[in-house]
Amino acid sequence: MYQARYLLYIGNFKISETIIVQWIIMLALIAVALFMTRGLKKNPDTKRQLLLEWFVGGIKGYTTEMMGTKFVSRVPSIVPYVGTIFLFFILSNLAGLFGFKSPTTDLDTTVAWASITIATMYVMGVKFKGPSYFKEFIEPTPVMLPLNIVGEIARPISLSFRPFGNILGGTIIMGLVYQLNAFLSSLIPNLKIPIGQIAFPVPLHLYFDIFAGSLQAFIFMTLTLVFIGNAAETE
Amino acid sequence: MELSTAIAVAGTAIGSGLAVMTGIGAGIGQGYAAGRAAEAVANQPEAKSDIISTMILGQAVAESSAIYGLVIAIILIFVNPWIKM
Repeated sequence: MYQARYLLYIGNFKISETIIVQWIIMLALIAVALFMTRGLKKNPDTKRQLLLEWFVGGIKGYTTEMMGTKFVSRVPSIVPYVGTIFLFFILSNLAGLFGFKSPTTDLDTTVAWASITIATMYVMGVKFKGPSYFKEFIEPTPVMLPLNIVGEIARPISLSFRPFGNILGGTIIMGLVYQLNAFLSSLIPNLKIPIGQIAFPVPLHLYFDIFAGSLQAFIFMTLTLVFIGNAAETE
Repeated sequence: MELSTAIAVAGTAIGSGLAVMTGIGAGIGQGYAAGRAAEAVANQPEAKSDIISTMILGQAVAESSAIYGLVIAIILIFVNPWIKM
């Protein structure tokens, strides 16, 4: 029922709705990036550049605050990665407002993002600590090895199911509310327009789409930083 | 509908209801976090923004247990693996 539909058929190759909405989001992000970075000056005088510097400075400051200056100076590409995934996530969660099917309601999307984070975590752990990073699995005793492995498996599952469940639950509740409003409007005689759908769902959209979506994006960013920082911290 | 399918549907419905009851624990945990945050704001009103952002983050992580139950219930109702409709 809530499975993504296949929209494009290229021979035997099927492309689902999730991928198409993601392409639209990516194109929008690229267009906005190209528009915002035209004609940058050393002393900003346009509102555009001030907004851009505020956003980039905010992401960079938050990353530095979470990870420490040592990590950011050694792996400077963490700041663009975190900013990109935050923007992509928040636009995916807000896609429901524009009438698209949000890509976050598909488990594949969130599993992909969580996989990127977990792979980055292992790579950074090995890069900063060497092979002794995997020695943490047999601490304090080798008896704990199965429990530690279960904990490692549970981490991407929890990271991917949290936004998926939150956004999917909101989408389902919104669909039920719209159906209820259409039914209530149909009780009024001689009225063909479902008039109850006009203004009543707006507060619910405020909570389910904007507040929950922004919160999930922020939490995903924070947890990514926390996991990578824990893997890479050296005493 | 055969009797076996009817029993399976009934069990699925009961299981979905039980799965959503994970919200009890999540609600208690979030309320506890909010109460502690209120105490912290009363002690240090100047640190209000930090306290609130930390509280929201912790509450959202605590809410994930309820979301797992919701996901299980949604799976049981919409994409049930045992009932071939």
